[in-house]
Amino acid sequence: MISFSVNKRPVNIDVDPSTPLLWVLRDNLELTGTKYGCGVAQCGACTVHLDGEAVRSCVAPVSRAAGKEVTTIEGLSSDVSHPLQLAWIAEDVPQCGYCQSGQIMSAAVLLREKPRPTDEDIDDAMTGNICRCGTYPRIRKAIHRAAGTIAKGGAK
Amino acid sequence: MSAPTMERREFLKFSLAASGGLLIGLYVPGGSKEAMAGEQAASGFMPNAFVRIGTDERITVIVNHSEMGQGVYTSLPMLLAEELDADWSKIGYEPAPVDARYNHPVFGMQITGGSTSVASGFDQYRKAGAAARAMLVAEAAQRWNLDPTALRTESGSVLDGSNRRLTYGQLAEAAAKITPPTEAKLKDPKTFKLVGKPEKRLDTPLKVNGKAIFGIDIKERGMLTAVLARGPVFGAKMKSFDDSRARAMPGVRKIVGVPTGVAVIADTFWQAKMARDAVRVDWDEGAMSSFDTADLIQQYRETAKSPGKSVRRDGDPDAELAKAEKKIEAVYEVPYLPHAMMEPLNCAIDLRADSCEIWTGTQFQTVDRASAAQVAGLPPEKVQIHTTLLGGGFGRRANPHSDFVIEATHVAKAAGAAVKVVWTREDDMQGGYYRPAFVHAIAGSVDADGNAASWRSRLVGQSIMAGTMFEEVMGMKQKGYDPASVEGADDLPYEIPNLAIESHQGEAGVPVQWWRSVGHSHTGFATECFIDELAALAKKDPYEFRRGLLKKHPRHLGVLELAAQKAGWGKPLPNGRARGIAVHFAFESYNAQVAEVSVTDGKVRVHRIVSALDCGRYVNPNILAAQLEGGAIFAASAALYQELTFENGRLQQTNFHSFPMVRMNDCPEIETHLIESQEKSTGAGEPGVPCTAPAIANAIFAATGKRVRKLPIRMPEAV
Repeated sequence: MISFSVNKRPVNIDVDPSTPLLWVLRDNLELTGTKYGCGVAQCGACTVHLDGEAVRSCVAPVSRAAGKEVTTIEGLSSDVSHPLQLAWIAEDVPQCGYCQSGQIMSAAVLLREKPRPTDEDIDDAMTGNICRCGTYPRIRKAIHRAAGTIAKGGAK
Repeated sequence: MSAPTMERREFLKFSLAASGGLLIGLYVPGGSKEAMAGEQAASGFMPNAFVRIGTDERITVIVNHSEMGQGVYTSLPMLLAEELDADWSKIGYEPAPVDARYNHPVFGMQITGGSTSVASGFDQYRKAGAAARAMLVAEAAQRWNLDPTALRTESGSVLDGSNRRLTYGQLAEAAAKITPPTEAKLKDPKTFKLVGKPEKRLDTPLKVNGKAIFGIDIKERGMLTAVLARGPVFGAKMKSFDDSRARAMPGVRKIVGVPTGVAVIADTFWQAKMARDAVRVDWDEGAMSSFDTADLIQQYRETAKSPGKSVRRDGDPDAELAKAEKKIEAVYEVPYLPHAMMEPLNCAIDLRADSCEIWTGTQFQTVDRASAAQVAGLPPEKVQIHTTLLGGGFGRRANPHSDFVIEATHVAKAAGAAVKVVWTREDDMQGGYYRPAFVHAIAGSVDADGNAASWRSRLVGQSIMAGTMFEEVMGMKQKGYDPASVEGADDLPYEIPNLAIESHQGEAGVPVQWWRSVGHSHTGFATECFIDELAALAKKDPYEFRRGLLKKHPRHLGVLELAAQKAGWGKPLPNGRARGIAVHFAFESYNAQVAEVSVTDGKVRVHRIVSALDCGRYVNPNILAAQLEGGAIFAASAALYQELTFENGRLQQTNFHSFPMVRMNDCPEIETHLIESQEKSTGAGEPGVPCTAPAIANAIFAATGKRVRKLPIRMPEAV
């Protein structure tokens, strides 16, 4: 039995401890907002927060989450009110949308660490996340927009 | 942790049951929560197959094209809402079920492809909106005892001359009894209020909170997951398999042979995947086990030395080339490419004795349904397909052989339970149906005054249409070549008196398919690079050279000039940077791009791309800009990095480490511009792709003097 918390709810789960966190989230907990893209930490679609750090859940064994707090896209806000979600809507970022959960989760860690990121900071933080539709220019704009919102004390 | 689990399960179950299986991932305008289909369907009326008007004022547009990122869940509702004079904030969407009423008006089947959704839906959705409006107006006229012509509509209401108002919701139930008009009058496009506006996409809120449902997210109660072991080379036949280890692994329910390999069916994906990896299969690899792409390309280059099937012939290019003093020959190569959608292929299926339900992100509902029905031994009407959101399509999910649906149906037959087949990234990348590799051998000449005098182009590559239902539609037999192989080369717009386009059909056992922009993905590259080579031969500016040859093509000129002007063509650039230009007509739209690059120690950096599009009257400039941005980035990935190569029949690329793409840190700045036009609305998903590679290649020539004739671009380190 492995115990941890997901989006502030306690979870006790009996699975092979080597199972990637991604598949526990998706198949056991049915939190399908976190996506499978490559399985080898090459695309970032599976990005979640583990005690606040961005991790690629496709290569993180669930045992690594034991005793920790996992945040998925479903836990970022309850009502699409996170500044990044608002900025993503304002810039109309998603096309197919499949990679966007991972993009937003990566960006959320960036903004916590660097509330006013430069373009280089965005490159460093976001280059691990692939978007096949090519929404990168809008992701960049949306991150700057969200950063501006945070700096002005708007949204939460 | 049971609450979210129940929510999702109950939502899916409830919405599917309540709607007769229509809906997944509904979006309620103005909020982020899914709609309960039961609420939505509570009361109201459906004037026609494309719209439902609720007594709660909510208007649901039924969309007959699949949403794969191109924005059809917004652009088609805009067309309907325009004619309906609906309140845009009340509009929602719903994927259409498989039904002849939702057939593509041109193709006669339910399919999303060819950049035709808006082009084909433009009048279809307007007419549906206008017909619904006429019924609402007729009902209001009856209630007020007025002539319908005395009434007007705006923002979801019918109004009379004294501004009395009845909302569509108030009229909805009674309007259901009105006879639908045979033909409702359409607006003069000059009066459009919504069409042409940069409205935000309706599907965005669900795509930023994890609630959007893709095929891979489907989990009906008790649904198992299957992962397959497929052949190591194309055409391999399974001789036997040993599943003794796999059978003992946790969660494994069943391991069965199916026509494409061995299906491991388990409770979860990870269990199925681990057990799949433990199955040992003995394959008869067949002829493809000696297949090498290096040999194939060499063979194509040899083939291109002889004349091919004539596609177009103006004047006498052979004679002109023989006598020309200023001439040049170039051979261009492009590789096989997978679509590599972010969501790997998958198909969920619940097959019962007398019916079958399928959930998948497909671009080709009609054919998938017929294929599944055949395998299941059911009449097609007993098979329902629920079209989920597509995590990218780019053509791969419109497979004329229904490969991923047929396979899943075989698995479901063996599973004895509802099952979802999930492809790993490696399975998806190695599973076939690629953009075919092509070789273009082009010879051309300019006369003493620097005018283009001849052009002879020979194309060699596999046919996409051969062996599909499109072979006949495209008239391949009569023509003797596949029109999709030469599209974009055969309609070369440049005024060149002696011109020949010849086609050789390459034979290789690699499954091929349309890949975003199809033939244009290679013809755009070869033709726009070669016209640049001719310009250099003529010692002319490549932009002015093209302009001079396009005098009879005002729409080509329009985008070419717009892109050049916005990019500052001819103006100085920082040291080391140079521009390249390209223009191409595809899917009835015109695109031109200017790329700005630098090359340092053999490394190409694309700094900026300016893309100008003429797609006739545009519906949503915001979505079009996104398609141009994405098209250029998709194409830049192919130009700079991507190829699939075979050695001994085995693909050398497996995942994103060996099949790289543009990422945030090397993504160019993209600037997009639209031509204002009253012409017929045409495509946008694909037309933004073909110009990118040649614009980059031509910019590299401008920067370094080196011609790029092979994709992906590999520069010598010294440059």
